[in-house]
Amino acid sequence: MEALTTWLDNQLADNSIFTLQTLGYYGEGLATTVQLVFLSLVIGLVLAVPLAIGRGAKRRWVRLPIFLYCYVFRGTPLLVQLYLIYYGVVFVEGIQDTWLWVILEKPFVPALIAFTLNTAAYTTEIFHGAIKATARGEIEAARAYGMSQWLMMRRIIIPSAFRRALPAYGNEVIFMLHASAIASVVTIMDLTGAARFVYARYYAPFEAFLFVAAIYLCLTFAILYLFRYLEKRLLAHLKPASG
Amino acid sequence: MIDLHGYGPRLLEGALVTVELALLSLVLAILLGLVTASAKMSRNWLAHRIGTLYTTTIRGVPDLVLMMLMFFGGQIGINQITDWLYTQFAIDIFINVNEFAAGVITIGLIFGAYMGETFRGAFLAVDSGQIEAGRAYGMNHWLVFRRIRFPQMMRHAIPGLSNNWMVLLKTTALVSVIGLSDMVRIATEASKATREPFTFMIIVAAIYLLIASVSEWGFARLQKRYNVGFTEAD
Repeated sequence: MEALTTWLDNQLADNSIFTLQTLGYYGEGLATTVQLVFLSLVIGLVLAVPLAIGRGAKRRWVRLPIFLYCYVFRGTPLLVQLYLIYYGVVFVEGIQDTWLWVILEKPFVPALIAFTLNTAAYTTEIFHGAIKATARGEIEAARAYGMSQWLMMRRIIIPSAFRRALPAYGNEVIFMLHASAIASVVTIMDLTGAARFVYARYYAPFEAFLFVAAIYLCLTFAILYLFRYLEKRLLAHLKPASG
Repeated sequence: MIDLHGYGPRLLEGALVTVELALLSLVLAILLGLVTASAKMSRNWLAHRIGTLYTTTIRGVPDLVLMMLMFFGGQIGINQITDWLYTQFAIDIFINVNEFAAGVITIGLIFGAYMGETFRGAFLAVDSGQIEAGRAYGMNHWLVFRRIRFPQMMRHAIPGLSNNWMVLLKTTALVSVIGLSDMVRIATEASKATREPFTFMIIVAAIYLLIASVSEWGFARLQKRYNVGFTEAD
């Protein structure tokens, strides 16, 4: 490891901007971005499944609040949602005296809350669309087998809807990765935050931002290929038969 | 009544900036999108490559990063060009990047890539028989585009177009980060000064929702218009 660092240091000796230290900033930024995106996507996904089922419920008092939640979170900029939560929590009466303040004081948790709520709204709509598109025949077959509503949901509708939602969900994951750049606005040192720091320190906008753009591009392609692989595996039965 | 501490008029000005920025970027994005779609469908190898490079790189990088690159890098880049012009040819010009123009160009450039993909799909969806029929009538390339390809393409493009517009509208909020006085920026200033973030942020969110709802209605009407002649088939 020691040898590797000195070797890398020598390699970068002629470079005034991309020193080992600034590359370290980018590395930490990458870790923060990945954490933030991954956590918000996982929590958002968990929230979105029941919400998507509720979104198509027959009862209006179930359906309407979920519709409104999706409409508001999909219709307003993520930046506004982030500001609302980040600046807003401070003004909740008495919050600074509770244990919650310890975690809410740092910008990471408010950002995570904003991102999670945002992605949950989009994912709910995606799943809702996929559930609605379930073939009638599949539902009729399940009914004919005497399945209850929940058993049918669990065994027939959800698995097939998940597969159908996969391409759209892949787009949402990429969208979330790109949206996470906003975290740098509330002083989080994510990838974009690292680039802004390097820019401010060396006044080198091209180097700082083009480098980070390349990292984002690589991440985007990685996600793209992952989802293409998943689609090939999970949607194999929907491919037209090759003769 | 909600107490805006005198920030009401400024907030309205900011809303106007947001709408102007969004509309002008939309126009630029549509023009760029049409050019990109043609480039990507062209038989010319170079045009095809450039179009593909443009759409994949722009769509693979966050809006905010591109915006910062162009905002912070733009002035330096232009200065370097003008410096070079001065030393080489003794042409003395000074171009100051106007924040609003830079915002329009950046957002237009970003969404031109998305529009390009939308338009390409829509152009491919137009039946080739229609174009052949146009040619058979002796229409030239431009006339075929104006009378046949464009109106029929729009029918397929409107859902994607409306989607892109909604995303574009929300993206305009990012210009507040780099110093343009749109309504989000004014709302943050007001929140900090009055220590009432909820009031201002919720108003801004409501204005965004209002614009989104109005445009949804507008796009529905547009869709109806371009669907003329196809609705009976259902």
